[in-house]
Order: sequence, then C-alpha cells, then structure tokens
Amino acid sequence: MTGTIPLMYFLVISTLMFFIGIYGFLTRRNLITMLMSIELILNSVNINFVAFNKYLYPQHLSGHFFSLIVIAVAAAEAAVAIAIIINIYRNFKSIDVDKVDQMRY
Amino acid sequence: MNILSLFVLIPVLTIVGILFTKDYKQTRVVSAIGMGIQLVLAGLLIYLYLAERNAGNTAAMLFTYDTVWFPTLNIHYSVGVDGISVAMIGLTAIVVFAGIFASWMVTFLSREFFISLILLSSGVFGFFISLDLFTMFLFYEVAVIPMYLLIGIWGSGPKEYSAMKLTLMLMAGSALILVGLLGIYFNSAPGGGQLTWNIQQIARIQIPIQMQRFLFPFTFIGFGILGALFPFHTWSPDGHASAPTAVSMLHAGVLMKLGGYGAFRVAMYLMPEAAQEQAWIFIILTSISVVYGAFGAIWQKDLKYINAYSSVSHCGLVLFAVLMMNQTAMNGAVIQMISHGLMTALFFALIGMIYGRTHTRMINEMGGLMKVMPFLGVAWVIGGLASLGLPGLSGFVAEMTVFVGAFQHTDVFHRTVTILATSSIVVTAVYILRVVGALLFGPIKDDHFLQLDDAKWYERFSTITLIVSIAAIGLAPLWLSDMIGSSLVPMVEKITGMSIAGLF
Amino acid sequence: MTDFTYTILIPLVPLAVFIFVGLTGHKMKPIVSGLIGTAGLAFAAVLAYITAFNYFWIGHTAGTGYTSIKAFEISWLHLTEHLTIKLGSLIDPISVMMLVVITTVSLMVHIYSIGYMKGERGYHRFFAFLSLFSFSMLGLVLATNIFQMYIFWELVGVSSFLLIGFYYEKPSAVAASKKAFIVTRFADLGFLIGILMLSFNTNTFDFQTLVSPTGPAITQAGGAAFMGLSVLSWSLIFIFMGGAGKSAMFPLHIWLPDAMEGPTPVSALIHAATMVVAGVYLVARLFPVYALGAPDALHVVAWVGGISSLFAAVIACTQTDIKRVLAYSTMSQIGYMMLALGVSGFGGHEGLGFMASNFHLFTHAMFKALLFLGAGAVIHAVHSNDMSGMGNLRKYLPVTHATFLIACITIAGIPPLSGFFSKDEILVAAFEGNKALFFIEYAVAGLTAFYMFRLYYSIFWGKETHYHHTPHEAPLVMTIPLMILAFGSIFAGFLPFHNLVTSDGLPFETPTEWSIAIPSVLIALLGIGVATFMYRKVTGVPDKIAGAFSHLYKWSYHKFYMDEVYLFVTKKVIFNLISRPVAWFDRHVVDGTMNGIAGITQFASVKIKGFQSGRVQQYAFVFVTGAIALVLIFVYLW
Repeated sequence: MTGTIPLMYFLVISTLMFFIGIYGFLTRRNLITMLMSIELILNSVNINFVAFNKYLYPQHLSGHFFSLIVIAVAAAEAAVAIAIIINIYRNFKSIDVDKVDQMRY
Repeated sequence: MNILSLFVLIPVLTIVGILFTKDYKQTRVVSAIGMGIQLVLAGLLIYLYLAERNAGNTAAMLFTYDTVWFPTLNIHYSVGVDGISVAMIGLTAIVVFAGIFASWMVTFLSREFFISLILLSSGVFGFFISLDLFTMFLFYEVAVIPMYLLIGIWGSGPKEYSAMKLTLMLMAGSALILVGLLGIYFNSAPGGGQLTWNIQQIARIQIPIQMQRFLFPFTFIGFGILGALFPFHTWSPDGHASAPTAVSMLHAGVLMKLGGYGAFRVAMYLMPEAAQEQAWIFIILTSISVVYGAFGAIWQKDLKYINAYSSVSHCGLVLFAVLMMNQTAMNGAVIQMISHGLMTALFFALIGMIYGRTHTRMINEMGGLMKVMPFLGVAWVIGGLASLGLPGLSGFVAEMTVFVGAFQHTDVFHRTVTILATSSIVVTAVYILRVVGALLFGPIKDDHFLQLDDAKWYERFSTITLIVSIAAIGLAPLWLSDMIGSSLVPMVEKITGMSIAGLF
Repeated sequence: MTDFTYTILIPLVPLAVFIFVGLTGHKMKPIVSGLIGTAGLAFAAVLAYITAFNYFWIGHTAGTGYTSIKAFEISWLHLTEHLTIKLGSLIDPISVMMLVVITTVSLMVHIYSIGYMKGERGYHRFFAFLSLFSFSMLGLVLATNIFQMYIFWELVGVSSFLLIGFYYEKPSAVAASKKAFIVTRFADLGFLIGILMLSFNTNTFDFQTLVSPTGPAITQAGGAAFMGLSVLSWSLIFIFMGGAGKSAMFPLHIWLPDAMEGPTPVSALIHAATMVVAGVYLVARLFPVYALGAPDALHVVAWVGGISSLFAAVIACTQTDIKRVLAYSTMSQIGYMMLALGVSGFGGHEGLGFMASNFHLFTHAMFKALLFLGAGAVIHAVHSNDMSGMGNLRKYLPVTHATFLIACITIAGIPPLSGFFSKDEILVAAFEGNKALFFIEYAVAGLTAFYMFRLYYSIFWGKETHYHHTPHEAPLVMTIPLMILAFGSIFAGFLPFHNLVTSDGLPFETPTEWSIAIPSVLIALLGIGVATFMYRKVTGVPDKIAGAFSHLYKWSYHKFYMDEVYLFVTKKVIFNLISRPVAWFDRHVVDGTMNGIAGITQFASVKIKGFQSGRVQQYAFVFVTGAIALVLIFVYLW
C-alpha cells in the first residue's frame, strides 16, 4: 500500500489545495468564500500531517492527533467566523470584505 | 511598620478613601486630611531623624527597610533616608498640602483630579525614599505619568499640545535614564558576583571608567531634562502655562527636583570619575540655563511663562551647584531645590488665584491689583523678594551658599561661570520687579477689577503655609544646612575622591 | 569692660514693631500704629544714647584708645570649613556714632510723620516700613562681619524700595522704586563679588580679623594680579562698587533723584541721613584694609567721591524741584565724605580724613534731615514740589523759614555752625592728601552755598505768589522735630570728634587751619552773595545767565543726560538686544528643534499610514508574500 502511492503525490495535492486556498483567500471578496478558502488551507495542512506521519514515523500517532485537533479548531473557527460574518452583515448589509475596512488609520 | 513606607501607603489609602466620596466637597476634605497626615508625618520624620542623629547614629541611611521584591533580577524594595531625602520629603509634603488647598475649587471631575494628584505625590515620595535604583525608577514613572492626564484634562490653553510635549520630553528623559540605570546594574559587580540595584552597595565599588564615560551622559541628561537643563527645557514654559494651578505647583515645586536629586544621587554619586571628566560641558550648559532663563523671563508677558523661565534659571542653578562638586556648593544645591520648590509653588498658587479672578494672565492687561487684593499682593511681593534673594527668605540662603561654594574653585573657567551665574541676581531683580510693578502697582487698568475680592480662607491657608516655610528657612537656615551638610559628606568624599575635613 | 549685650535690642525692637504693626496694623486706628512705631524707636534711641554714653565716657579710661567690642554673636549659616555667617553686634566708635545718628534722625522722622502722613491711606503700612528700615539700618551698622552687613544691606535696599514705592498707584513712584532697587542691586552684585573674593583669600568674614593690621587681609595683600592691581585692591574696588551704588556716587547715582517720589519724611531718613551714607560707613568700616592693604582702591574712592560732589553740585544749581535739589546736594555732600576717606591715611594725624568724613556724616545727617523735613513742611503747606511756583512763604511759615535758614547756613559752611567744622576738616585733609581734589572741593563749597541759597530765596523770598488757599504753618508735631534738628545742626560742630572717632581709636589734635578755612568761608559767602543778588528779588538776571551759558545750562538741567544713557542701556540693549532675542531664540530655535523632531515623526507617520488600510486581504497578501520571500531566502540564499 505504501509502496503504491509515493509521498510526493500527497504533497502535490496538499500544495495545490494550499495555494488554491491562498488564492481564494486573497482574491475573493465574499467573506463566506474566504472562509471556505481557509478551510481548504487547513485541510491541506491536515493531509500533510497525516501523510508525513504515515510515511516517516509509522510507529507514532502525533500527526493524526494534530489533524484531529486542527479539525476541531476549524469547526470552532467556522462557528465563530460565521457568527462574525452574520454580525458584519447586520451592520453593513453586506458581506463584501472591502466594505469592512473601518480598522484603518 | 517602617515609617518610610507610610509615605507611600498614606497616599494610596487616601486614594481609596476618595473612591468612596460622593461629591467634590467630600473629595477635597478627604484629600486635605490625607495630605495633612502626610505633612504631620513629614514633620515627625524630620524630628525623628534629627533625634536619631543627635543620639549619635552615624549610619549613612536611617530607618532602612529592605525586602526582596523580584529575586530574578535582584530587585529589592529598599528604603532609607539621609538628611537630603528628609529635607526633600518635607518640601514635598508642604507643597502637596498647599496644592490641595490651592485646588479647593476644582469641581470638574474632582475625584479623578485629586486621585491623579495624590498618585503623583506618592510617586514623588517613593522616589525620595528609595535606595534601589529600580524601584526608584518605578516611582519616578508613577510621578511623571499622571501629569499627562492632569494637564490634558484639567489644563487650559493648548493643553493637549502642552501635555503631549511635556510627556514626550520627559519620557525621552526616562528612556535615557533607563539606559543609564541598566548600564549601572550590569556593571554593578565588575569583579563578578551578584549584580545589584542598591545605591549604597554600588557606591562602594567603582564602575569601570569606560562604562562610566558612556553611561554618565545618559543618566545626567535624562535627569537633567526633568531639571530643565538647557536646551532640553522647552517643555517647561508650555507645560506650566497649560497646567492647572496645583499641577504647576507640584510640577515646578517638586517634580523638577527629582531631576536635580537624581542627577547627583545617581549620576554623580555612582559615576564620579566620569562626572569629573565631563563636568565642564554641563557646567557650560547650566550656566547658560541660569542666565538665559533669567533673560528669557524679562521679555515674557504671560505670568506663567515668566515663572516658568524663572524656574529654568533657578533650577539651572541647582544643577550648576551640583556640578561644582564641593561640600558647600552641593549643600547650596539642595537648599536651592527646597527654596525654589517653595517659592515657585507660591508663585503658581498666586497666579492661579489671580487668574481665577481677573481671567487673564497677561501682565499688560493688569495693574493696581494691590489695592483690590492686598493679601494676594503682599504674598506676591514676598514671593518675589524670596525669588530675587532677599535675606530673611529662603532664596538668599540657597544662592549665597551656592555662590560661595562655586567660588572655591580657583581656575579661570570656574571663576568666569561663577561670576556669570552670580550676575543673574540682577537680572532676576529686573524681571521680578517688572512683574510686581505691572501687576500690583500703578493705576487699575480695568474697572471690573474693582469688584474683585481678596483671598478666600483656603487660599490664605495655602499661601501662608508656603510663606511660613520660606521665612522659616530664610531666618534660621542653620539646622537645615547642617542636616543636609552632614549627609553630603560621604557623597562628596566619593565624588571628589578626597576625604574632607569635618566641618559638621 | 562694660557689657554691651543689650545693644542687640536696638535693632530688635523696631523689628518687633514692624512685625506687630505689619500684621495687625490694619485693625487698629491709624494714629495708634504711628504711636507704637514712635515709641519703639524712642526706646531704641534711648538705648543708643546709653550705649554711646557707656562706650565713650563710662567704660573708657581717658588717654587709651577705643577698642572694638564684639558684644554678641551667633552662627547663622555654615558655608565652608572656614567661613561661617554670623549675626551679632559690634561696638566701636563708628558703629556707636551711627547708632546715635540713625536712632535720632529716625525718631525725629517718626514724630514728624505722625503729622505729615495724617489722613494718608496706608498710614500703618508707612510706619511698619519705617520700622523695618530702622531695623535693617541698625543691623547694618552693628554688623560684626561683612556678610552680616551684606544681609542688612539688602534689607535696607528693600525697605527703601518699599518706601519709595509707597504711593504705589502713582506710576512715577513705581518706576522710581524699581529703578532704585535695580541700580543698587547691580552695585550689590559688585559688593557680593568683592565679598566672595575677599573672603576666599582671607578665609574670614569677620571685621575684627579683616581690619587687624596683622590679619590675613592686610599681610597677604600680595602683588599685582590683574591690570596692575592686587587681588585685594580688586576685591575692595568691587566692594566699593556696592558702597557707591548705595551712596549714589557717580555713575550709579541716577536712582537717588528719582527716589524723591517717596514721601518726604522717607527722603529725609533714608535718602539723606542714613541709608545713603551706608557706602561711607562701609568704606570706613574696612578703612584699615583700604589704607594699609590697598591704597590704589582708596584712590578710586577719593576720585569717585570728588567727581560725584562736583557733578552733583553743578546739576543742583539748575533743578527746580525742591527735593531734587536736595537730592543732588546729598549726593554732593556724600561725595565729600567719600573723598575725605579717600585722601586719608591710617593712624594719628594721618587719619584726619577718616575723622573728618565721619564728622561730616554726623553733621550732615542733622542738617540734611532738617532741610528735607523743612521742605516737607513747605510741600505740606502748598501741595507742590516745584519751587518756580513758590515765593514769599516766610510770612506764612515762620518756624519752617527759620529752621530752613539755619540749615542753609550750616550746609554752606559758615562758622560757628556745625557744617563749617566738619567741612573744614575735610578740606584740610584734602589739602594734605591731594591738591587737585582740594581745588575741586573749593569750587563745590561755593556752588553748594549758591544752590542752597537759590533754593532758600526761591521758596521764602522772591515774587508774591497766589496760592489756592493760604499756606499755613505745619502743626507742632512737625515743627518740634525741625527745632530739635536745628539745635543739633547748630551745636553738633562742637563735639570733640577727633577724640572719639578716629582711624586707630586714639585721639589726636586738630588745630583749625585758618589759611584754608578763611578762603573757604569767603567762597561760601561769595556763593551766598551771588544767590542773593539773583534770587532775592525777581530779576531777569538768572535767565540772562542761563542764556549766556545755554549749553552748560541745558546739560546741567538735563542732568548731563545720564538718565538717557541708562535708558538706552536698559531699554535698547538689555530689553531689545538681549532679552528679546533670547526669548525669540528660545521659542523658535530651541523649542523649534523640539517641535521639528515631533514634526518629522508626524510626517513619517503620514507617509506610512497607508499600510494600515483596514483591508484584510491586503494584509494577508503582504503576509503571504513575506512568508514566501523568507522561504526563498532560507532555501536558496542561506
């Protein structure tokens, strides 16, 4: 099993997911889409963790644990973020991130 | 309980008391009681100190108390007093007490006002009793920071600008001091062993001379900024002009003295070799301060500016005397600090009282006030005479001690600057009499002034407290000068590196 | 030896009166404060007379010299290991003489003021200040050391300031008081520097040590130090600068005529009889040091005195304000005293000038106080200072007229009134000391007689003038002091000063030098004669003469433009050329630098604030770019 799919494949996938996430985060103006991009980034990290754990240190489980923590944090984060987004929507009648630039000089 | 710790504790308790008051009437009474206790305590301290000395206790510091506060950096809460600190504590207690009465009619946010004022005073008291450089610095900051709020909120004129300017310049000074203090700390054990912040311990060793050369200017200029050293004095006119009465009193009367006190207790005492080498630069700067401040005062029209420049001149004399590095001059420096503290507080109090009536501080808009407010007029004349060094009032004692001390140097450089500084007594007379003449004498310029009333009881109380102190020092200076002088002996010996014959 | 400890009460009683009247005076009836002040001074005067009697006659065996006795002394302030400021009382011939002069004149002025100041606002304030002045002046003459003298020196200066500015609502009085204080303050700077130099080199402030011929001051006089004069000479010249300021010597005299803005009794006490002779007293006090240690400094004293006396006499001839004439006359007479000290030597007959100076101080105090108080009575009667508006007052003011005439004759130096004797001794001393100064003094004697009688005739004779209301003689409380002082002016000349007040304490003989006295009397009579011719009746002669010497007249009338010179120095130079640029420099350069630093900070923040755009994606882009850049750097460039 390990012999069939090289580690590199996983890394390529996760790198792609990571940069798609970054790209989405930087270019999309919709807060929900940006949140989804962040989820992509987090999941690419999760893939990395699991893959490295499996290939490099099969006798340890730290990578799995970290993935689980990240998933848990991501869930919490999604909840908080959506709450923030709803509040922003209530205040600005929009979820366009460019409209929310009150925290400037 | 150590008596010295009470000096920090009572202001804190007073602040707690103020939190429970309901309106400004209660607030001011609580403040007055707290600071009254503080004044009595200061009197008691002077008495206990003199009694202890008369009983033959020759330890450098009395009433010491020491406890570790932050072991990792060897920071102690370490207190103790010698004659100099006792004198300064007495000064602070008097000025704060008078200041409370001078701000008797502060009704806008009075609770916050008195809390800041008393917090400031607790910082000053803490500074004077500390023997540990770190806690000393801590108290110094406690004393400087409330000033921003006091000027920014309760001030007048361009108060935000002035408050910001004052705070920034003093913070720059703090930064320099901090560099100096850290440098001293890290060089406090040149032979290896435990580093220390304790002044008395550091005084026993010699900080390496290369480090001294580097650190001395930081420390001296840092404290010098607070002591209105030319050319870092410009916060003083703006700051004082905008500050409310009691704050000007405290600031010019006490806070500026932290500069002079720190300059010789820390900078000169701990780094005497560098002080010897670099003194000439600062002597030039301070003698410029003395004359320049006096000439600057002649041209001003705003009473507070006049007094601020006069403070530059008088505080310049303090640093000047400190740099003369002999027993007499340094003794004069401390007396000058006390004398200037009292009379400048008196002036600012009177300016506040007059401004409260005439609503102007411009001398060319006033005149003949002696007729409508004789009490304030007489008080002003007495303050003016003290400022120009009339015998029988404190200014004379201080100035003469400084001049005689400075004259003990025989070389041409010291002679020249001494005579230059001495000539300031004439210029001082010019601006003092100019103000007295324009403000109090002559015909009344504005008919509205005829309806003005003389001082109220609390104003009289504040004024008389200060005048009595000025006259007490001026008439019988011997006990004060001996108390200070005997404590100066170890410092002067360390600074000059010579043992001095026992005058005291 | 008699115990003189009680002498400290002489200044302390007026001090107590000052504090008492000053604090509670506004609550009492005005007259009460006047009586308290007078009673206090009367007590001091009695003590002074007892002191004089004890010192000169009781405690003294004939034939031996008078010694100086330190009756009392306490430490006031330690300065260095050698120098300690002490306060005490020193009893010697000159201090006892001064005690008598001051208490007598002050008592007369107190009594006179009870009447003169009646109805003025601030009656109690006036008496409080008079007591303050008496305290300071008595403390000054009793000083045991030069620093005590300086302390009281400043105090008399401030009492003078307060009294000149007594009518503080009058701008001219305020200006005059300011001027008096600042000019004397400037002179005191010299005094202080002199004290610093002297005490540094001798390690003592004490008069007894300083003047001792074997003491450090005289034995260590040393050689030339700076510009050909020794350190001692320089310190004494500086000290004399203080004395010259207080005694209104040229060119520090400009405050004295203006000081006449004060109430007239004050002019009599402070600016005629006592404070202005403090400079003479100072030099007399240090006389052995001057004479034995620094004759160069003594020459300065002599010439300053001589020039001042001539200068003032010339100006006095043209002034029209009564009190200003008297003020210049005072300056001229003090010039005489300074000159006498300056030409004197030490010991025996050599010390004739010293004796003459003190003698003249004594008699001058009597007749000049009399002149001022008389002038006060005239002003009281006609409410004006300007003598061109007066005339023919002798009918209305008989007592004032008689006493004023006595004083004029005395000051002119006609025998056997006291002025003749003291002035004669001065002329003899000048003749023996310095011929040039001697001839100057001859001229001054003539001028003095002329301007005094010009004043006398203008007030009491001359044209019949109409007054708003008929002038009336002053009340008894004012005329009695006049009579007492007139009595003093007549008979003070017979006091045996050469036995009592001499430079070395030993008596010596002073035969009257008729060869000098007779010409001087003739010159004085000439002066009187000219004045009689010109001013007794209204004639056109004075105007013609003024026209003939119009330049000299103008310069003299404008006091040789000294005030203008001072005004130029203070207004133009100090205010406009020093103070104003300093103030400007401070605001614009020093403070400008500080504001500039703040400005630069602010400018930079404006420039970089765009980074804080509030756009999350911009931040994220920068962050990601940065992270990638770092990765690249670490991977490829490390």
